[in-house]
Amino acid sequence: MNARFSLASSSGAKNAGMRPASTLPLMLLLLLMAGSARAADSSAAAQLQRFSAAAGAPGQAERGRSFFVQRHGGEWACASCHGQVPSAPGRHAATGKPIAPLAPAFNPEAFTDGAKVDKWFRRNCKDVLTRECSAAEKADVLAYLLSLKP
Amino acid sequence: MKTLAPLLCMVALATLARADDVPMPASVPRAYTQECAACHLAYPPGLLPAPSWQRLMGGLEHHYGSDASLDPATVQQLGDWLQRHAGRGRRVGTTPPPEDRITRSAWFERKHRKIAPAVWQHASVRSAANCAACHAGAERGEFDDERLRIPPGLDGRFLQAWKD
Repeated sequence: MNARFSLASSSGAKNAGMRPASTLPLMLLLLLMAGSARAADSSAAAQLQRFSAAAGAPGQAERGRSFFVQRHGGEWACASCHGQVPSAPGRHAATGKPIAPLAPAFNPEAFTDGAKVDKWFRRNCKDVLTRECSAAEKADVLAYLLSLKP
Repeated sequence: MKTLAPLLCMVALATLARADDVPMPASVPRAYTQECAACHLAYPPGLLPAPSWQRLMGGLEHHYGSDASLDPATVQQLGDWLQRHAGRGRRVGTTPPPEDRITRSAWFERKHRKIAPAVWQHASVRSAANCAACHAGAERGEFDDERLRIPPGLDGRFLQAWKD
C-alpha cells in the first residue's frame, strides 16, 4: 500500500505542470485504493457481536468448535476445507487449493469485510448443512475462531 | 515512441509462450481472482469452449458439489469476459467436454494418459483440478512440459511419466 501511494504521488507531482490528461493513471490508482480500503469495514469481534445480537445470546466457543468439526448429514464439515484446527492454512477438499487460516489471530484479513462474511457463510453453510446457518450458529463459530490464539 | 514499448513487450512475451501454454488474458477481472480463484486455480478461459462457460456461469449455485453463487452483476461481468476469451481452435474446439470439466476434455486426458491414479490421489495433488501441483506456472497459464515440477513427497517410481 505504501509503495503504491508513493508511486501515485510522485507521478502526480511530476505531471502537475504538464498535461492534465496524465492525471488519469493517478485517479485510477486512487480509485483502486478506495476499492481495497472499503473491503476492511469490520473486524472479527464486531462480526461476533453482530451475530450474537441477532441470536439474542452470546456465541459459545465450545459449541462453535463442535459445530465446526462435525458433519451435518453431508459429506463435508467446515473442517474438511479449513482444517481440524483452523489456526493453520486449510486446503479445499475438492480442488486441493490452499486456504488462508480462518482464525483471526492467524489471518488479519479474516472477517474484516461484512459482505464477504455473509457471502461465505451463505455458500459454505449450504455446502455443509444444505441450508443457511442460524445467527446463533455463526456466533458460536466466531466465538470459537476468536478463542484460538498463538 | 513510448506507446510502442508495451507492444514490443507483448510481442516478446508471445514468442516466449510454449506450445502447451494457454495464457491468461492481459486483463483479468478482480472478481475472477477473488471469487473463482478462492477455491481453485484461476483457470485460463481458453481451457474451455464458450458453451461450457455459459452453462457454468448459469448454474453457480450447484458448482461441482459447491454453492459458488454470486450476485447477478458479477455473474454477468465474469460471464461476458469468459465468453470473450473462451477457448477455440484446434485443441479446445467448440464441443463442451463431459460435465463441462476441463479434466474430461479429450486433449486433457491424452496429455495426462501416463499419470498413474496414485499420483492424482497423492496428498500433495489430491485432484486433477489442482493444476499447480505439477504445473509451476499454471497461475499464468503456463502448462508446457518444460515447466513441470514434481509434487512434494511423490514416490520416485512415478517420475517416468514426467520425462515422457
